Amino acid sequence: MNDAIAQSRTGPLRQNTHLSASARDPGRWRAAWGGFLRDPAALAGLAILLSAVLVAVFAPVLFPGDPQDMVGPALVWPGQDAAFLLGTDSLGRDVAAGLAHGARVSLSVGAVAAVISLTIGILVGASSGYYGGWVDDVLVRFTELVQTVPTFLFVIVIVTIGQPSVCLILLAIGSACWPVTARLVRAEFRSLRESEFVLAARSQGFGNAWVIFREILPNALPPVIVTTSVLVATAILMESALSFLGLGDPNAVSWGSMIGEGREMLRTAWYLSAVPGVAIVLTVLALNLVGDAINDAFNPRLAARA
Amino acid sequence: MSNFNGAQLSRLLAVFRRNALQAIPTVLGIIVLNFLLLEWVPGNAADVVAAESGGATAESLAQLQHHFGLHLSMGERLSNYLSHLAHFDLGMSARHNLPVTTLILDRLGNTLLLMGAALLLATLTGVVLGVLMSLYAGRWQDKLISVLVLLLYSTPTFWLGLMAIVLFAVTLGWLPTSGSHTIGAGLTGWDAVADKARHLLLPMLTTAGLYLAVFSRLTRAAMLEVSKQDFVRTARSKGLSPAVITVRHVLRNALIPVTTLIGMHFGALLGGATVIETVFNWPGLGSLVLESILARDYPVLLGILFCSSLLVIVVNMVVDLLQAALDPRIQVR
Repeated sequence: MNDAIAQSRTGPLRQNTHLSASARDPGRWRAAWGGFLRDPAALAGLAILLSAVLVAVFAPVLFPGDPQDMVGPALVWPGQDAAFLLGTDSLGRDVAAGLAHGARVSLSVGAVAAVISLTIGILVGASSGYYGGWVDDVLVRFTELVQTVPTFLFVIVIVTIGQPSVCLILLAIGSACWPVTARLVRAEFRSLRESEFVLAARSQGFGNAWVIFREILPNALPPVIVTTSVLVATAILMESALSFLGLGDPNAVSWGSMIGEGREMLRTAWYLSAVPGVAIVLTVLALNLVGDAINDAFNPRLAARA
Repeated sequence: MSNFNGAQLSRLLAVFRRNALQAIPTVLGIIVLNFLLLEWVPGNAADVVAAESGGATAESLAQLQHHFGLHLSMGERLSNYLSHLAHFDLGMSARHNLPVTTLILDRLGNTLLLMGAALLLATLTGVVLGVLMSLYAGRWQDKLISVLVLLLYSTPTFWLGLMAIVLFAVTLGWLPTSGSHTIGAGLTGWDAVADKARHLLLPMLTTAGLYLAVFSRLTRAAMLEVSKQDFVRTARSKGLSPAVITVRHVLRNALIPVTTLIGMHFGALLGGATVIETVFNWPGLGSLVLESILARDYPVLLGILFCSSLLVIVVNMVVDLLQAALDPRIQVR
């Protein structure tokens, strides 16, 4: 879903952002960072993300105990009781505690799955773009195969075959979302491997691994960094959809599972589904704002401030 | 198209041929992947039948396993699987006691209806919004629509569906909450069509929401990029009206990345169908996925995965042909 936007940002509309030959030029990264900091939307997004991370990290301090403990009367509306600011659910569990502890699951799944996707994508894309030839052919076919199978269905099948746990979920999401990154990295590597600085490094005797990781990869990173935020957002949305369907870890509270459980009380206590959903919207919105800002910072000519 | 002649047709045929050839290894890969997943599924067909009938002795279990060919080697099982596929046999559903193919074909129509309607709505509305945003680029209209679009893009589809149910079905009572038709009403003809349309409206709007955001953002970016090119300057200096330039020159070129995106998104659309159809109880392939998971009916689950992948290949082929028709510069090397 979201990964196609990443492709659209850098695919047919990608222009050459290699303003200088080597990534060791600090000016380009500094300029991007400066542009990023000046954007109010980016700062808002960063602020939301930081607060979400802080809430997740300090959840056991803010809401000690198990979020699945029954701590109060059932179905208290938000704002009715000062002790339960966001209300309680049908079993008397605190919604705010569930939200804070759920943040840990949702955010960690998002981050780790994105890291797994990035790693696989970079490895596949770099090998494919750098070596070319039959390695490229085989890897491109493999990437196409993984991209053809509908991602969410693939993740569902993997989670169903194994025992549902947070670990399996992040492995499943990570191993399904890498094709977009791989294609991006491959395109970058194919255009960069003919550059002069690569020729210079090779003539100095540096091996393939050095050239790939220390010379070409730092230059290929800008579009990859842009898609990272989209990857994390996609992973968070996918994990919440899985938990909503009841396919998530039964022992872990996550935002999606709260929405799924609140669905039974939709007619009377719809806040049970609404509140965790707002949390997801804010987090994903923040990620998208940050991603847009990074994209604009690296491609000022495409910022289209017409 | 304006000059549809023999050359155009032969170019399209070349594109079709290239697509078909490239699809073959992908289809083979999907078949092998499906076979491997079937092997790894916990509980084989014999266990399922034994469980359904409330238990079995060791001898009858062995007999069942022999019947299902589970004693054969993996190579033999693979060739059995391939020969079944050649006869369009995807196995048997233990839960429904029907062939998987029958189950899938029953539900496919409903899913295609929902997805097709949503995609159509999303494309039309998305392109129009994208054009509007690009025309007012940088001004408050653009910023306002961009913010709304970004919010839509960040909303999980199932949550949007639930909130839509709360608002339109529960609170306002305008639309039905679930299902694809009013059960027991016995409507026929146009009444039945209208009834189905009323049930289709909420799921269609919910599904279209996300893709509307995607397409409008892409169209805006594509329109802005194309309008900077030289041929647009030429058109403007020729004295063509802005409307003609926008629609016939800029939009037609900007639509090409949009069609690519439709092809890329179809897989995600089928995956999203699972959640949306569950939320709205729409009887399609998506809700069949969840039902088969709950019933541990793995042949159905994997049959759906297989058919969805095939569908994605077909849609990508159609999109490629569409692009070749839209853009005469596309040649087969």
